[in-house]
Amino acid sequence: MPEAATLLPTTRDEDWRYADPDWLAAADPVVLAEWEEIAVLAGETRCNTCEVAPGVRRLRVSVSAGGRFDLFAVNATGPYARLEVEVALADGAHFEFGGVTIGGGDATQEFVTKVVHAEPNATSNQVVRAVQWGNSTGNFLGRIEVVKDAQKTDAAQNFRAILLNKGASANTKPELEIFADDVKCAHGAAIGELDPQIAFYMAARGLPPQAARKLQVHAFLADAFAAVGDDDLREKLLGIALDQLEEGAL
Amino acid sequence: MLKITNLHAQVASDSGTKKILNGLTLEVGAGQVHAIMGPNGAGKSTLAYVLGGRPGYEVTEGSVTFMGQDLLALDPHERAAVGLFLGFQYPVEIPGVSNVQFLREALNAQRKYRGEEPLSGGEFLKLAKEKAGLLKMDMDMLKRPVNVGFSGGEKKRNEMVQMGILNPSFAILDETDSGLDIDALRVVGDGINAIMRDPAKGVLLITHYQRLLDYVQPDVVHILAKGRIVKSGGPELALELEREGYDTVMADA
Repeated sequence: MPEAATLLPTTRDEDWRYADPDWLAAADPVVLAEWEEIAVLAGETRCNTCEVAPGVRRLRVSVSAGGRFDLFAVNATGPYARLEVEVALADGAHFEFGGVTIGGGDATQEFVTKVVHAEPNATSNQVVRAVQWGNSTGNFLGRIEVVKDAQKTDAAQNFRAILLNKGASANTKPELEIFADDVKCAHGAAIGELDPQIAFYMAARGLPPQAARKLQVHAFLADAFAAVGDDDLREKLLGIALDQLEEGAL
Repeated sequence: MLKITNLHAQVASDSGTKKILNGLTLEVGAGQVHAIMGPNGAGKSTLAYVLGGRPGYEVTEGSVTFMGQDLLALDPHERAAVGLFLGFQYPVEIPGVSNVQFLREALNAQRKYRGEEPLSGGEFLKLAKEKAGLLKMDMDMLKRPVNVGFSGGEKKRNEMVQMGILNPSFAILDETDSGLDIDALRVVGDGINAIMRDPAKGVLLITHYQRLLDYVQPDVVHILAKGRIVKSGGPELALELEREGYDTVMADA
């Protein structure tokens, strides 16, 4: 239906419930209907990194049998930045996702993923870390679908957020839809603040509050990029995220 | 070196504030080791935390002078930078941060505060290796996240390695001996002597047991009870306590 493409989503739509309503109301419907397509061939390994830009970016990825798609993303901007990823996994394929949202002010930063285990033996692992301050929001909406024949699926997702002050928020909505019976699906979520015991321990060794905070955030975010094979790339991604921290929260 | 005068302090908790220190007075001179012993709940750990500047520990009266400056006016990280080391009874785990990274950043932050040049990676590793060796700690452990997966004894040993690397002029060691087996106790005792026995340094050892004092001979032993020093004496006071218990010894106080 042509009119469907011109219909803007609202925060009443499940997949947009934590989005920035003001941004949505002013958005260009054509942009919202666009998808970038990525095909990972059988047996191929592909690693993409992404610094999420303001607005909405959507990726639709198909990973053929035995292929592997790694995606590592830093979402450090505003006022609204959303990376949406749909991945379809064939037999024995793997999807690895590491994402960081980090920001202050009124930024709304989110990752929305839908991972379809369409065939048996596929695996997926998603780790998202959020650090928010000011009145910002970090979101992770992760949907995992395991079709009826996708036995031996192993899917995991984990979300943790640290809120540096009252007023910042984080939302997560894990959704698992499993139609096969021999599968492993794990998900975990936690929202908290920086550990004051660690902060005092660091201070007692001479680290000023800013440096201590940065070190703690660095360690917290590192989980999201633990699967990055290249040490330099991992530090570069963490550096992009931590630079954001320096400007605002400290 | 460290002069505590009429110190009163209270601790904030969920059930309200509780007064723990009630007019504690104590002076440790350069080159001296003082031991503080006392029954549970006397305020020993509170004293350590107050001197370290832990949030929630509020001084309501009295003063603390450290090497001529008002210690209580400094933030916790500044107290470390001017040479005060607090050895924790329960060292904290820091997942994701290696000992090497943590200590290098801490040491260089202290040096920066004092207007000294930072140590390079190579210089730091050399120093860390030397101090880990002194405490018979495997260098591999220094590369692991701070205290994560360490046994109780390893955590205490790690505290002493940290003390060696940071090289403070004064150390407050809060039950550093608890959780150590006999061999580790000797290693830690020798470590304290090697790092802190110096005419320009001082140590305040908080302990429950006399055993550590066999290795680290104190110049003065104090008994802390109900938030104040009730009795002070030489090393023989610790032996007397071990033999007769707090009730008997304090009855003569």
